[in-house]
Amino acid sequence: MELLIGQMFAGLSLGSVLLLAALGLSLTFGQMGVINMAHGEFMMAGAYTAFVVQRSVSDAGISLLVSIPVGFLVGGLMGLVLEAVHLRRMYHRPMDTLLVTFGVALILQQVARDVFGAPSVDVRAPAWLQGNVELLGSPIPLTRLFILILSLLCLAALAFLLRGTSLGRRIRAVVLNRDLAESSGISTRRTDQLTFFIGSGLAGIAGVAVTLIGSTSPYLGTNYIVDAFLVVVAGGVGQIKGAVIAAFSLGVLQSALEFSTTASIGKVLILVLIVVFLQLRPQGIFSLKTRSLA
Amino acid sequence: MREFVASRWGVRAGSVLAVVLLLVVAPSMLSVFSLGLLGKFICFAIVAVGIGLAWGRGGMLTLGQGVFFGLGAYIMAMHMKLADASLFGGTGVPDFMSLYGSGDVPGWWEPFRSPAVTLLAVALVPGLVALLLGLAVFKRRVKGAYFAILSQALAAAFAVLLIGQQATTGGSNGLSGFRSFFGFDLQDPANKVMLYSIAVIVLLMMMAAARQLMHSRFGELLVAVRDQEERVRFLGYDPATVKTVVYVLAAAMAGIAGALFVPIVGIVSPADVGVVPSIAFLIGVAIGGRATLLGPVLGALGVAVAQTSLASSFPSFWVYFQGLLFVLVIGFLPGGVASVPRALANLLKQGARTEADRSTGAFSAKSGVPQRAPDGLDVSTGPIREEASR
Repeated sequence: MELLIGQMFAGLSLGSVLLLAALGLSLTFGQMGVINMAHGEFMMAGAYTAFVVQRSVSDAGISLLVSIPVGFLVGGLMGLVLEAVHLRRMYHRPMDTLLVTFGVALILQQVARDVFGAPSVDVRAPAWLQGNVELLGSPIPLTRLFILILSLLCLAALAFLLRGTSLGRRIRAVVLNRDLAESSGISTRRTDQLTFFIGSGLAGIAGVAVTLIGSTSPYLGTNYIVDAFLVVVAGGVGQIKGAVIAAFSLGVLQSALEFSTTASIGKVLILVLIVVFLQLRPQGIFSLKTRSLA
Repeated sequence: MREFVASRWGVRAGSVLAVVLLLVVAPSMLSVFSLGLLGKFICFAIVAVGIGLAWGRGGMLTLGQGVFFGLGAYIMAMHMKLADASLFGGTGVPDFMSLYGSGDVPGWWEPFRSPAVTLLAVALVPGLVALLLGLAVFKRRVKGAYFAILSQALAAAFAVLLIGQQATTGGSNGLSGFRSFFGFDLQDPANKVMLYSIAVIVLLMMMAAARQLMHSRFGELLVAVRDQEERVRFLGYDPATVKTVVYVLAAAMAGIAGALFVPIVGIVSPADVGVVPSIAFLIGVAIGGRATLLGPVLGALGVAVAQTSLASSFPSFWVYFQGLLFVLVIGFLPGGVASVPRALANLLKQGARTEADRSTGAFSAKSGVPQRAPDGLDVSTGPIREEASR
């Protein structure tokens, strides 16, 4: 029983990290069809932001709370620059954006290596996040609980943004039918920019969050990007609820498979499962009903 | 000039020139060390031929070619390890296995004791993996970005799997320390020249096969699937079959390249097969011109030469340069260097062009097809279609 709860929580915790990484990706991929391989590097930027903030603010608790909005801004601004400089000219060829953003990712990794050095750095978790809580007899690390709550908060904020604000209505309109949205007076240009800002900002927050459970290195992004993309693919492109279900089921499945086999075989099995799943639902868990053939 | 290059005599003259340069001039001019480097680059060029077919002609963004390269490489490496062990060790167990593992050869290594099985497997095993993935993905009309991400996840999983199985795959160290290649001593310079020559001949054969395919009806169909998949389906063809065939072909080419890579370079490790090397295969193809025959080969050779000369002396600069290449070439020159002459010609003719476009509306006067090609590749495919129909 304790083992089961421990396993479940490990899965949910992995799922929440995946969800944080995939939320922003789902937004930018779904909204604009842009496959942003630099998303992982925006996470890395968020993580290094937490590191830098902690060096200037000595108290670990305050620095964490400051890092989250600052990480959001850093990630968001990087996304905004990338979108403005390059991607907006490439919306009609989404596959090529993947390669272009991969180039950006390479450059950002090297920048991190040159500025912070190749060895990884550590961010201290604040005192109130050290230790465990007991849940039905099994210990739950507070840092992981914090990340779970943070990811749910981000999810709630994003859901509110999409459902309850005029920006959200504009975003949904552009996703459904770009031309019609434009002819109804929505500036798709500004909507794209804001969407990219928010999506990349979420990557920044994810980066701050993962500093609590691991060390920060220039390769941080590459560890998460492939899994985050798999979440988006399994969940259905541009589907936030799909991403939520996919992230938590992949998290639980992966930690269960890694527990019963080995870490490497678990990864392979997950991939096989996703390919099999796509046989049943090629468009992911949820799909947007449109009249396009693609 | 363009007409000559595309003509039958142009192809013959080019092939003879390539054979003379690569098989006669290079071995006599270069040191054995440089020849080994060139051989390694040629392995990358063989992978590039396959990527050019799948990506440039077929529109399948294959981010996982490293997997197929790695399968070919590891199969060859396993055979060479086993052969070395029975030739020199006497026990028949590769050295690293007794170091990390139980000292027994695992069952799935055994088939690769046989040279014939190995030679077949380096092409068939990657082809089979590609067949399974291709059928699973393309038949269900999973395409575009989904396919790219799945192929990338395959590369990530493969690298993780190799690193995790330290006792049977050598882990992150990979397999190295080979002494013989089908009974030939690998230290002997004459055998090194032989290996290099095999690589060159294989490259030329693959290019001939790719050219044949590009100029066949099937090649036309492939381009049609890339540009208007739905239309091809409505015409009664099955795009999934076309794509799968080419994907399998590209995988087999990568596998063969991997098998040649191992004896020439002397090591294969997960660092050669993961996500990053898989994507790195693409940049040369993009620079040269993804939809052409020569472009991917020359691009891959060029990038490999640049990497070897720059990366050792300025490693950090090379990464920036590589990143910039992706950003600039894919962003601004999607047709690669091969499209430069045509782009310039178009620029000169632009005045007359705009006039013609206005009179025909959104449709091009030549083909009656809407001008918006999905990948912005219309620049580079123009000349190829013309030569193919000649």
